[in-house]
Amino acid sequence: MVDFSLWDIFRNLLLALRWTVALSLIAFVGGGFMGLLLLLARLSQSKVLQIFVKAYVQVFQGTPLLMQLFLAYFGMALIGIETSAWLAASVALTLYTSAFLAEIWRGCVEAIPKGQWEASQSLALSFSEQLRYVILPQAFKIAIPPTVGFLVQVIKGTALASVIGFVELTKAGTMITNATFKPFLVYSCVAILYFALCFPVSYFAKHLERKVKRGHA
Amino acid sequence: MRIELDFISVLAEWPMLVKGVAWTIGLTSISTVVGLALGIALAWSRVHGKLALRAFAGSYVETIRNTPFIVQLFFVYFGLPALGLRLSPEMASVIAMVINLSAYATEIIRAGIEATPKGQIEAGMSLALQPHQIFTHVVLPPALKKVWPALVSQIIIVMLGSSVCGQISTEELSHAANLIQSRNFRAFESFIIATLTYLTLAMALRRLLNWAGPRYLFGR
Repeated sequence: MVDFSLWDIFRNLLLALRWTVALSLIAFVGGGFMGLLLLLARLSQSKVLQIFVKAYVQVFQGTPLLMQLFLAYFGMALIGIETSAWLAASVALTLYTSAFLAEIWRGCVEAIPKGQWEASQSLALSFSEQLRYVILPQAFKIAIPPTVGFLVQVIKGTALASVIGFVELTKAGTMITNATFKPFLVYSCVAILYFALCFPVSYFAKHLERKVKRGHA
Repeated sequence: MRIELDFISVLAEWPMLVKGVAWTIGLTSISTVVGLALGIALAWSRVHGKLALRAFAGSYVETIRNTPFIVQLFFVYFGLPALGLRLSPEMASVIAMVINLSAYATEIIRAGIEATPKGQIEAGMSLALQPHQIFTHVVLPPALKKVWPALVSQIIIVMLGSSVCGQISTEELSHAANLIQSRNFRAFESFIIATLTYLTLAMALRRLLNWAGPRYLFGR
């Protein structure tokens, strides 16, 4: 048996932490981009697109992320794409994030008073101009706090990628446990690292929320 | 390229799926009841408790909300035996789910409690109600009513999260799907069926809770 000092455990977990961060960023950026497209489809006049986005959101919010990861992993193999844990985890988490962000942002757009739409319409702005110059800039402001808050969910969601063999923080914790037989210590360290990553983000989100609220009062 | 899907050989294992669904429902029911009760207690502590209790409830909530469920589950199942507390997978799953739900429920219920108009509490006091009576009869029911939609969503998230409990060999739905695919190698099909079952469960649970909440928890 290899002897692991506390520092060895912590150092190895820290090394794995960067993959948690990388996967979170991929999912958040990719999901944000896709979420924006979904939002536009949801706001468009086309009934078909609206129903599609509604169903998309319902499916991703109504099923476990773990199942989505499994389906991405085995589904891509089925259609002949060579799957790696990286690819499957990125795809699943991106789709998952996009559904939630689209729904969060739709709520923000709906919070914009109807008069704003009507006013911009009466100025003969086209639909895309209404969005671009009137609605989205206002929705953007109130969308930032919940979006930052959701980043915490994404970071925590990446922990599930360990199940399909993606070596991030949780998987590294399991592997080190198997080498050291010190589950209590190792999982405590894992939890502390997640907390160190997530707490500042959720605190920042709360701070932003208060700021937006003050702005309205 | 042809893709052959074979759902029949998965559905042929239906007794395992039914058992899995039963476990998922069982785990969710227990942790909902206990988790909500604990959440109410913690929300009370955060608003009315002494300083030490408030601080404890606050740090509990932040710790749980800022770590992933799977780590909490592993900590309970693999970590606690090191302290001499050996748990069955099912027991560990319930404990982890209760801990998880109660932390989120605390924050949600607290928001409801803090939104109580002051006049209501003063009215309760002028009727000579004890503080605990004011809390259970005046503050809590409308608070729960106000935040019920958020609580329902959180309970559904916990139900979906229970799929992770299969990782410590609790025999819930995702574990059943995993077992089936290890027998007949129909991985994609068996996870599709499990996923659709979860979707159905989530929609049914939302309906059930929206119906049951006003009826049994906080009156209409």
